[in-house]
Amino acid sequence: MTFEQFIFYLLAAMAVVSGLMVITVKNPVKAALWLVLTFITTAAIWIIAQAEFLGLVLILVYVGAVMVLFLFVVMMLDINLAQLKEGFTRYLPLGAIAAAATFGMMYMVLGPDHFGLEVTGAPVVHDADYSNTKSIGVPLYTTHAYAFVLAAVLLLVGIVAAIALTLRRRAPKEVLYQNIDKQVKTQAADRLRMVKMDSVVEKSLPVNEEDSK
Amino acid sequence: MFDAIQAFLSSFLYDWLAIVITLVIQAVMVILPIMLTVAWLTYAERKVIGYMQVRMGPNRVGPGGWLQPIADALKLMTKEVIFPQQSNKFLFIIAPVLAIAPAVAVWAVIPFSPEVVVSDINAGILYVLAVSSILVYGTIIAGWASNSKYAFLGALRGSAQKISYEIAMGFALVTVLMIAGSMNLQEIVEGQQGGILNWYLLPLLPMFVVYLLSGLAETNRTPFDIIEGEAEIVAGFHVEYSGMTFGVFMLAEYAMMILISFMTAIMFLGGWLSPFEGVPVLETLFAWVPAFGWLAFKVSFLLFVFLWLRATFPRYRYDQLMRLGWKVLIPVTIVWVFVVGAMQYFQFGPWFN
Repeated sequence: MTFEQFIFYLLAAMAVVSGLMVITVKNPVKAALWLVLTFITTAAIWIIAQAEFLGLVLILVYVGAVMVLFLFVVMMLDINLAQLKEGFTRYLPLGAIAAAATFGMMYMVLGPDHFGLEVTGAPVVHDADYSNTKSIGVPLYTTHAYAFVLAAVLLLVGIVAAIALTLRRRAPKEVLYQNIDKQVKTQAADRLRMVKMDSVVEKSLPVNEEDSK
Repeated sequence: MFDAIQAFLSSFLYDWLAIVITLVIQAVMVILPIMLTVAWLTYAERKVIGYMQVRMGPNRVGPGGWLQPIADALKLMTKEVIFPQQSNKFLFIIAPVLAIAPAVAVWAVIPFSPEVVVSDINAGILYVLAVSSILVYGTIIAGWASNSKYAFLGALRGSAQKISYEIAMGFALVTVLMIAGSMNLQEIVEGQQGGILNWYLLPLLPMFVVYLLSGLAETNRTPFDIIEGEAEIVAGFHVEYSGMTFGVFMLAEYAMMILISFMTAIMFLGGWLSPFEGVPVLETLFAWVPAFGWLAFKVSFLLFVFLWLRATFPRYRYDQLMRLGWKVLIPVTIVWVFVVGAMQYFQFGPWFN
């Protein structure tokens, strides 16, 4: 076993174990963190397969942003875990059958009959100055330019729709809105008024006999 | 040099063991100086801010207070680590680890001089971005595991701030790699050869500012340190941490500060290149400065700017901070991506050929 194979099997085992932990662990926050570990190990496996752009972007987007938002939601939920887990094992036979069926179908499609080394041949090993970023970027912006732009527009529509659905402006009587542009433009002269006043000399208080004792 | 060590080790050990030992040696050679820099950066910070506020700063431990960081470290290490009641102990312990691990791992791709780098990978920028994006987990898990409202609020707004400013940061880096045509950090520095005019500072001046501001926000430095706004939420996400667990968070923050300075110097200020390249007299006058000397000088200046800003500005309000990130910095970066595209199309200046 070479060093590379050792690393691959280590990462693969970690990915499988953490994937299992995602669905078995009781605490939803811990489940989300196991999912993060699954993403990281998967990204590392992609990097071993010389797809460093995909691997790093997986970490950047899913681990760095999406899972953080996931954690936000999960952390703020107040779930009764005991209730949630009630009757979990009742559906175990059905779940096991569904899982086995899915696995069987995936094995038939993705198994060695279609994707074995005899069918696809050994993967090409690129030399050190091979850039995965370039080999993804160039077809994306040339041959698949229209599809790429279309996907971008689709995402934009999604963003606009999500914001339009959640943006809720209430009447100014109910909520106090900050006008930040106005706040930023404020000068010191708007806030501070210098006033000229005559000085007032206070009379000294009469000395109290009680106090001096 | 490391290839020689690895060859020597593999002559009497397993190959994989030789690789692991060499990697550990490389890691120690990078991490140890960084940790020492962090220690004395805290001293520099207290001294610089002290003098800016017309006071002495630490001056009791050692001559001129030079041994203050050692005293601080000893104090933190001997203090008790207190676990809050009903906190999640495992996550409570793992959170500082998650904060420091990425802050150290990023240094694997940072070149210190030509060819002096642990791992010379061709997606260097992307690696730095990806690994520093994991940092946010240290904050968020610390906040949640502490079982404290203050810590949780600090963690929530801190992580929201970090992922917001990461977008502006990423776009600023996109303009750099558009000019350089590469994501390898060494090639980016080499693309800036030819004196101060050839640095990416001039064509990317707004991006330089955006990157530095986002860097401030990423590392939670004043004026963007709402994550630990002591006036509102005591000390933010690490309010429940004591002793060395707290110290580790500080280590991570300062290591990231140095990293941001290194990245800024490498991408906008010509890295280890002399600013006087091509200038008749000055070039020979400063020929004795080693490559790392210039880089260290630029990084020290940027770190000084970090401290300077801390002594100068009050803390931002949270909504102003989010507005600055989303409505000012991100639009500026998007516009500048198109400006750089146009500059590239018209072969503008000495940067595009």
